[in-house]
Amino acid sequence: MKERIVPIAFAACCVPAIWLGVQALTVGFGADPIAVVLNDLGYITFVLLALTLACTPAQIVFKWSWPIRIRKLLGDFCFFYACLHLLTYVGLDQGFDVHDIVKDVLKHKFIMLGMLTWLMLLPLAITSTKGWQKRLGFRRWKRLHRLVYVAGGTASFHFLLRFKTPRVETLLWMAVMAVLLLTRVIETARRRVLQS
Amino acid sequence: MQITPKSLYLRRRDFLKLGAGATLLGSAAALARTKVDHGPKLAGVKPNPKYAVDEKLTPFEDITTYNNFYELGTDKGDPSENAATLKTRPWTVEVTGEVGKPKKWDIDEILKAFPAEERIYRLRCVEAWSMVIPWDGFPLADFLKKHEPTSRAKYVAFETVVQPSMPGVKGYAGIPFPYLEGLRIDEAMHPLAILAVGLYGEQLPNQDGAPIRLVVPWKYGFKSAKSIVKIRLQETQPPTTWSQYAGGVEYGFYANVNPDVDHPRWSQAKERRIGEILRRKTLMFNGYSEVAPLYAAMDLKKFY
Repeated sequence: MKERIVPIAFAACCVPAIWLGVQALTVGFGADPIAVVLNDLGYITFVLLALTLACTPAQIVFKWSWPIRIRKLLGDFCFFYACLHLLTYVGLDQGFDVHDIVKDVLKHKFIMLGMLTWLMLLPLAITSTKGWQKRLGFRRWKRLHRLVYVAGGTASFHFLLRFKTPRVETLLWMAVMAVLLLTRVIETARRRVLQS
Repeated sequence: MQITPKSLYLRRRDFLKLGAGATLLGSAAALARTKVDHGPKLAGVKPNPKYAVDEKLTPFEDITTYNNFYELGTDKGDPSENAATLKTRPWTVEVTGEVGKPKKWDIDEILKAFPAEERIYRLRCVEAWSMVIPWDGFPLADFLKKHEPTSRAKYVAFETVVQPSMPGVKGYAGIPFPYLEGLRIDEAMHPLAILAVGLYGEQLPNQDGAPIRLVVPWKYGFKSAKSIVKIRLQETQPPTTWSQYAGGVEYGFYANVNPDVDHPRWSQAKERRIGEILRRKTLMFNGYSEVAPLYAAMDLKKFY
């Protein structure tokens, strides 16, 4: 089981895409399919971001090692779904109208936060390989990848602003994000105390 | 050494459950798009050719499964799923305030006294989607005049239904209930403003605001209050739900469709017609330019 964790996680990460495809070919997405696909992809991206961020705390708290082995995979898939989400917005939702999109991004915090999140995930996805880790040196690589915490924050507020009124579900997910980030803060503080 | 308090463990477990649960629920909901039964036909409804638009009608199925009706749930599919939790009989509509003849109507009395005609209107939601809907209804002005509004009747306030059985009312929907709307008297008396009792020649489905709702086609959809129980004519501008929300971050009292005034979080310049892919340009007053004189002296960027 533990040896197969990577292929299992890979298969699991494909499920949402397959599921969307099956729905598209069978029952459809209701009256406003573009909105549904856009929101589903955003949701999947957010969940994968949370799962990626959960790997390290899982190691710290439960002393498990296997989550770290799928962290890169989860992060890459998170970026994959983020790209599909962005493409749906740019293409299907906005019809590739560059003028409208630029205006939308600059004028509206909601869109700006989403775009910023994707822009932060981009260098992380590119440098997620072993090769880049070596090229940058582990210290610099690690510093760069701390950007994912900021992305967790901007993604949360992007998710929150999507609804006219705050949703309980979104608030719960934000709490999850906060807990995941807090674990690291506590861990860092603990190490500092131990070192001194 | 243990550094994580127990509550974190528990929350982590909840979080895993939440993820799995949400995915499953989402999938189930997506597959089970509610089939909407057709309601009883309305008798003697004739189309009014003055109010027809030369655009493709939005299918009945879309109009009845894609709704904003927070008392029945906050997701678009919730109102059709929870429609049965709204009871539309017995139903009364109370007209009070600055009128010579206040009256508490029984809904069937209204249906008899005000024969409905078909009017095809565009509906533009504040969320930048739109539909074309064949409503069955009668002018709001006819209804209001029956009660002989006094000279002090400057505004009309609408209050909508709250029944404990409605799931959104029980839970947290983010807005207070009852849902309140309002119009200026000249807006309410405009021939375009109607009270609708049906669509596609059938009794209104509950999720679309049965048994009686407002339709004001030149304003964003939320102004067209559903399932009305009280109408009050008054001298002062009434508080309305979305204009009061979080200190007015959503919309003002007027909420006229206006491509030049953005929503705080998105542009209103374009809209997606349900059933189409590419967005189309949003028209000022949703294309109903005949209402422009109502706002001749107003800065609509300020009074949005």
